[in-house]
Amino acid sequence: MAKLNMVQAINLALMQEMERDPAVVVLGEDVGVNEGVFRVTAGLHRKYGAERVIDTPLAESAILGTSIGMALGGLRPVAEMQFSGFSYLAIGQLEGNASRMRARTRGLFSCPLVMRMPYGGGVRALEHHSESREATYAHFPGVKVVIPSTPRKARALLVAAIRDPDPVVFMEPKRVYRAFREEVPDEEEVMEIGRADVVREGTALTVVAWGAMLHPTLAAVDRVQAERGVRLEVIDLLTIAPMDVNAVAASVQKTGRCVVVQEAPRSFSVSAEVIAVINDKALMQLEAPVRRVTHYDVPTPYFGREMLYIPDEDRIGRAIEETLDFA
Amino acid sequence: MPLTTIESFSVSYLQVLDENGVLDRALEPELSDADLLRLHRFMEMARDSDQRMLKLQRQGRIGTFPLCTGQEAPSCGAALAMRESDWLVASYRERGARLMRGEPPTQDYLYYNGFEEGAAMAEPLSMRRTTPTQVILAAQTLHAVGIAYAMRLQGEKDTAVVTFLGDGATSQGDFHEALNFAAVWQVPVVFICQNNQWAISHPREKQTRSETIAQKAIAYGMPGLQLDGNDVLACYRATREALDRARSGGGPTLLEAVTYRLLMHTTADDPRKYRSEADEQAWWRKDPLVRFRKYLKEVKGLLTDADIERIQHEISEENKQHVQAFEARKDFKPDASFDFVFGTRHAVIEEQRALFLQDLARRAGAGEDGARTAAREEAAHG
Ligand SMILES: Cc1ncc(C[n+]2csc(CCOP(=O)(O)OP(=O)(O)O)c2C)c(N)n1
Ligand SMILES: [Mg+2]
Repeated sequence: MAKLNMVQAINLALMQEMERDPAVVVLGEDVGVNEGVFRVTAGLHRKYGAERVIDTPLAESAILGTSIGMALGGLRPVAEMQFSGFSYLAIGQLEGNASRMRARTRGLFSCPLVMRMPYGGGVRALEHHSESREATYAHFPGVKVVIPSTPRKARALLVAAIRDPDPVVFMEPKRVYRAFREEVPDEEEVMEIGRADVVREGTALTVVAWGAMLHPTLAAVDRVQAERGVRLEVIDLLTIAPMDVNAVAASVQKTGRCVVVQEAPRSFSVSAEVIAVINDKALMQLEAPVRRVTHYDVPTPYFGREMLYIPDEDRIGRAIEETLDFA
Repeated sequence: MPLTTIESFSVSYLQVLDENGVLDRALEPELSDADLLRLHRFMEMARDSDQRMLKLQRQGRIGTFPLCTGQEAPSCGAALAMRESDWLVASYRERGARLMRGEPPTQDYLYYNGFEEGAAMAEPLSMRRTTPTQVILAAQTLHAVGIAYAMRLQGEKDTAVVTFLGDGATSQGDFHEALNFAAVWQVPVVFICQNNQWAISHPREKQTRSETIAQKAIAYGMPGLQLDGNDVLACYRATREALDRARSGGGPTLLEAVTYRLLMHTTADDPRKYRSEADEQAWWRKDPLVRFRKYLKEVKGLLTDADIERIQHEISEENKQHVQAFEARKDFKPDASFDFVFGTRHAVIEEQRALFLQDLARRAGAGEDGARTAAREEAAHG
């Protein structure tokens, strides 16, 4: 056991998977000699060399397109998009090819690749460096979307993503990268993709969150619990697609009240999907309308204002209280 | 049958003023004293704001930004060659050209301190024909081609477009698509690649196996030229010739300005991870400003050392005032991000704006929340 931050935990997963499986390769912009702009790939180039830790020329579509080819050829590519804001250049390859290779060949070929990328705001970054566009990727059938919330889960989920037989978009909340440390076991740990994690058990209300939003959510939940003497349930979604609909449904069937928290803009988003799941599976048990706390449908504000727009403990707490009070 | 040569090509290199200040008189551009002094002033201005912003960033008074030190020549040289009605479609390392086009220096301070107000462009025609700082590498090169097409179709025969990108960005598909479209359409675009040897940590030799970036033009059917990008006279001359050709219907040109990013990629970068100090020192000896000052003093007799010091002092004072003006600014309305979502107001957006403002008002009203809001606004206003 060692106390690691999320950068170190992801690095541990990469190190150990490269050690375990010679088919694993890491590629992207500045991932080798420079060890990644966030140092996520620290030590990999030194240990595994330039053939397996590839500093590519600068082109996201080519990085993902060649990853598809590598996967077809028997490798397990872990492609880094330097920031999620540049990953859209790779969408043509992801949607048009990676997502459907298995179906297109009726199971003959598949694309076991991981597209890793830092996403999200709150780090005073330049424009295009703070978006939260998980819904975009979740909308591609055949693509799995995973968003860890803590170092330990990031490590265990990335291992699962690398071993997964299908393309996984692995979105790393950069605001959490160095925010805190957590015990991460040295020995192998794998978390199943497709499973949400109930991080607080409760009866009065369910809060669904993921990624960086889990942390202000937990703070808000702790405050409301302390002030009101109620027990709230918190679901950390972890896999955005395919979603663990049963975990969401079971929880809301039990509590009858729900708040969904997301960093992304409001419309056409993952929170809308969570509410649709509740509508399908837990409508009759609902005692209050499902509330959501989200960003707004505006071009991502520059960092001078960004914290006014990203959900925080205060807004989340208020939504929880109003939903509890709904009679 | 023996193979026959059906085409052969060569790539030329242009240098007017070498790193020791030796001038090739045959190539010296004809520039008025006023133009030369203007060029000098803006190169000094770009250098000074870069250095000032670096200090501000290190003191936490401004956010992450890309540095331009050492790369003043391609952008200032091109801006001098352009007409007011030409379009500048630049990337993020052309502060000199932006300043010459009339961008108020405070805009960069605001933009790099996280305020959309810094993205608002000023009135002169040149700024209405300057696209915003581009972060998505190479995307702008396609915009340049479209703009040039639009100018031609609308009868603006004398208008041309200058677009900038880096050596790393030449690996993007967008760049190759832009070259191809521009050549097929024969539109008036000048592509200027600032080959500063590095794309963050990735060296130029690993970006492309081509000997030069200029030669990529050949494959697309347009002229390509490599030039000394630390020689502002060469930068001016090459851009001017490419613009003249573009205006006369000769189509696009690719210029490769060989230069060097003397400092870090952005303030978040540490060059010691990937390149040596000796490498940097060798390029400091080719400093474009040192060379140009020497030309103005020794060849043109336009300035003395004392003049240059006075100009630098003036610029420094001017920039100091710009920083003060920017730091004094407090009129940042919180809901500005709702203002330009669409060209007309939309009910969905306005409803969200109302909820956003309500929420802020509630926080400001509530006792303990008031303090939190104040802290947030403090943070928001830097
Ligand atoms: C499409 C895209 N991918 C990645 C990045 C991240 N990034 C910013 S600058 C840079 C290097 C650019 O190098 P180059 O084109 O040589 O320009 P320079 O910074 O040297 O001026 C990278 C990888 C980006 N901004 N846009
Ligand atoms: Mg470069």
